[in-house]
Order: sequence, then structure tokens, then C-alpha cells
Amino acid sequence: MNAPQYSIPGSTPAPMSPQQETTPERADPTAGARSVAEVLVGSDVEAVLRELDADLVGLVPVKARIRDIAALLVIDKLRLNLGLASQAPSLHMCFSGNPGTGKTTVALRMAKILHRLGYVRKGHLVSVTRDDLVGQYIGHTAPKTKEVLKRAMGGVLFIDEAYYLYRPENERDYGQEAIEILLQVMENQRDDLVVILAGYKDRMDTFFQSNPGMSSRIAHHLDFPDYAVPELLQISQKALEQQNYRFGEGAQAAFEQYLGLRILQPHFANARSVRNALDRARLRQASRLFADRDRVLSAEDLSTLEAQDILASRVFQQS
Amino acid sequence: MMTNPTGRLTQGQFSFLPDLTDAEITLQIEYGLKKGYAWSVEYTDDPHPRNTYWSMFGNPMFDLHDAAGVMQELKACRAAFPQHYIRMMAFDSTRNVETIVMSFIVNRPAQEPGFMLERQEVNGRSLRYTTRGYAANQPEGERYKS
Repeated sequence: MNAPQYSIPGSTPAPMSPQQETTPERADPTAGARSVAEVLVGSDVEAVLRELDADLVGLVPVKARIRDIAALLVIDKLRLNLGLASQAPSLHMCFSGNPGTGKTTVALRMAKILHRLGYVRKGHLVSVTRDDLVGQYIGHTAPKTKEVLKRAMGGVLFIDEAYYLYRPENERDYGQEAIEILLQVMENQRDDLVVILAGYKDRMDTFFQSNPGMSSRIAHHLDFPDYAVPELLQISQKALEQQNYRFGEGAQAAFEQYLGLRILQPHFANARSVRNALDRARLRQASRLFADRDRVLSAEDLSTLEAQDILASRVFQQS
Repeated sequence: MMTNPTGRLTQGQFSFLPDLTDAEITLQIEYGLKKGYAWSVEYTDDPHPRNTYWSMFGNPMFDLHDAAGVMQELKACRAAFPQHYIRMMAFDSTRNVETIVMSFIVNRPAQEPGFMLERQEVNGRSLRYTTRGYAANQPEGERYKS
């Protein structure tokens, strides 16, 4: 009864406290699972996938890859139950695609998805560009990069416009040093963080050609395809809904026509162009309503974009 | 009588317990991070109790979410100073607290010779006491050899 529960280092160890001995291991609801359905009951994998389908328009290859990753998690769990060894998969990714195809949006979601699937411990996203990784003078880069990596541990490190890290025209560029530290951590601390590189397709290809080590350490190269007009229309609907706007009579047809013309023009940036076009339509709607001083405006008036708001665009005048 | 029979330095938290394992250190760091503390790693080879300010190993780590980053720093410090005392410190930046709230030793030299209590006789029968680490006789960097 009076035996001490502590021990002085170096002396004979104290007996284990009785409480500790009887504590059962934390019960895992899926410990005895033998089928996929049994594992799925205990996790929110399916909810994640459903949400992904509902929230993001298009992006078929991306969704397929996330489904694969989720499936692997479930199968690994089953393997573990049968005593088969399994290793954490390498989840570093590269998102390449044209402007406005949703690279950043998906990356933001990816952190949450991977966390809910149990691949990263904390599920926060640290978003950086070249400036945050590369220092200004000799010896500045390594601490800076390590600092960022430490912040990203347990979550996702998102490097936007990753190709700027490597500047072939300047052989003394410190970007190379940052890349080397990144590579080391990507290899050795795979369980601790997931690195996502993002950038435009052609420039990412050049980047990987000059850094073969980086390319081989990234398991998932995801191409973000350009959106077709119906998908862009769907995106515009979602964007309007979020801002409590809607298309009035004929406005949707006008917008479809607008998109058809806009795609052919230079500097088309997919979803971003859609958002900008809608913002400009809102401006025109505002000044249309502003011009009519004495009119009493209903909620419907204030939230409807008319066809004329869209047809006034510069795109129609040029053609 | 020996007041510290194991001859181990007892400063900070957990210092009467056996050395924490890396898993246990990770749990402590995790606890601190959950409370919003910023961790830092410090080292010294002068364990005198009045030696309050140890040398910092790297910068204090703000904005961390996971213990892995802190452990990485600790491992680097252990590799650089395997025979030094290393401690973890947690800084609480809450207004009006703004101080170290956790501190524990995570690395110690293999041999810890302990302290000498020196008595100086002054003014007749008065005594002045002072403690001196035996290891501190050697110059810095040569105090603990493996």
C-alpha cells in the first residue's frame, strides 16, 4: 500500500502502478473489420468523397486520384487487421494546369481531405511561394526553408508557382539550396508532411526536366484540364448562388454566348475569367439600378443580373 | 549525507523522473502546442543553478502546429551537442503572462560530477557558502567528454 509509485533514476524500478496495468488498449472500432463496408462505417471517407463531387465542377482526373488515395487508406486498414505490413504511401503531389483551373482551390481542400482520411495529423495548409523559401544572401536560405517546413509539419505545404524555385539562368541562385532541403524532408519525413507543388503546365515540365530528383519523389502528377463551356456555366451558377445573385431572363443564354466568345480570346483564365466577368456584370447591374433614382427596388431587383448587363461586355462589341 | 544520490541535475519539470523518451517528449510538446505555446531548444555545459540563460539553438518556433517540427530541431541540437545539457522551453505569449511556462531537460551528459559546496570563513565564525560545478573547472566545450 505504501510502496512508492515513483522511482529514483538509477535505482531499482518501482512496480508498475496497478491502474496502469489494467488499463485496456484504446478500443479501435475497426480493429476487427474484414470488409471494406465495415471500415467505411467507422470513418468519414465517403462523406469526404461525396462533398468533393458536390462542390467541385469537372476536374475528373483529380477526383479519380483522390478516390484512389481514399481507397488505399481503407485497404491498408484491412491489411493491418490481418497483420500484413503496410507503408504510408508517398503523397507528394504536383498540380499542373492552365490559369484558373482550380489548382489552389483543390490544394486548400486537399489538406482537409487528407486530414479526414487520416494521412496527415493536423490538416492545416501552409501556402508559400519562392519568396518564403529562398533567402537573400548566402546562408539565409536553409534556415528560412527549414522554418517553413517546420510550420508545415503535420499538414500540407503548398508551393505555388514552384518553377520559380529553379532559375537556370543564374547558377548562383539560392533556389537550388531550397530544393535540396525540400527533397531531403520529402524523402525522410513522409509521414510528417505532404508537399504540393503547383504551376502552369509547360513551366512545371521544364522545372522537372532540370530537377529529375524532384520529379521522381512526387508520386502524383495531376493535370488540371481546361473547363468546357457547360462546366464554366455551372461554375458561374455556383459563384452567383454564393453571392446571392441569380441570372434573369435570357441572362444565362447571354452568358453562355459570352463564354463561347471569351474562350477564343487570348488570356482566358478559366474559372478566374468567369469570376471576373460576373464581377463586371455586377458592376453594370449596379449602375443600371443607380441610374433609376426614384424606383423602389425589391430584393429580386437587387439580386438579378439581366441579359443587358452581360451583353454590354466589350467581348460582344469586338465581334 | 548526499541529498541527490543519483548525482543528476534536477532543474525544470520531470527532472526527478527517468529521462523522457522521444515519444514522451513529443507528447509534452503536443500538449504545449495545443495550449498555444512557442517551443524553443536551449543548451549549455554549465549547469549551475544560477545559470538561467542558456544558449539558444535556433530561433524560438512560433506558428507550429505539430510536434514533428520541434523534434526535428531537438534532434539537430542533440547531433550538434551530444554531451551538453539540452532543455525544451515553452513560451506563453498571452498578454500579461509573456513568460516561459514549461521547461524540461531532454539531454544530459553521460557523466554528471555534480556540485561542490564551498565554505568561506569570514568575520570570525561566519561562513559564506557558494556552489561550484566540478565540471566548470574545465573551459567551455571541454567540460563533458563522452
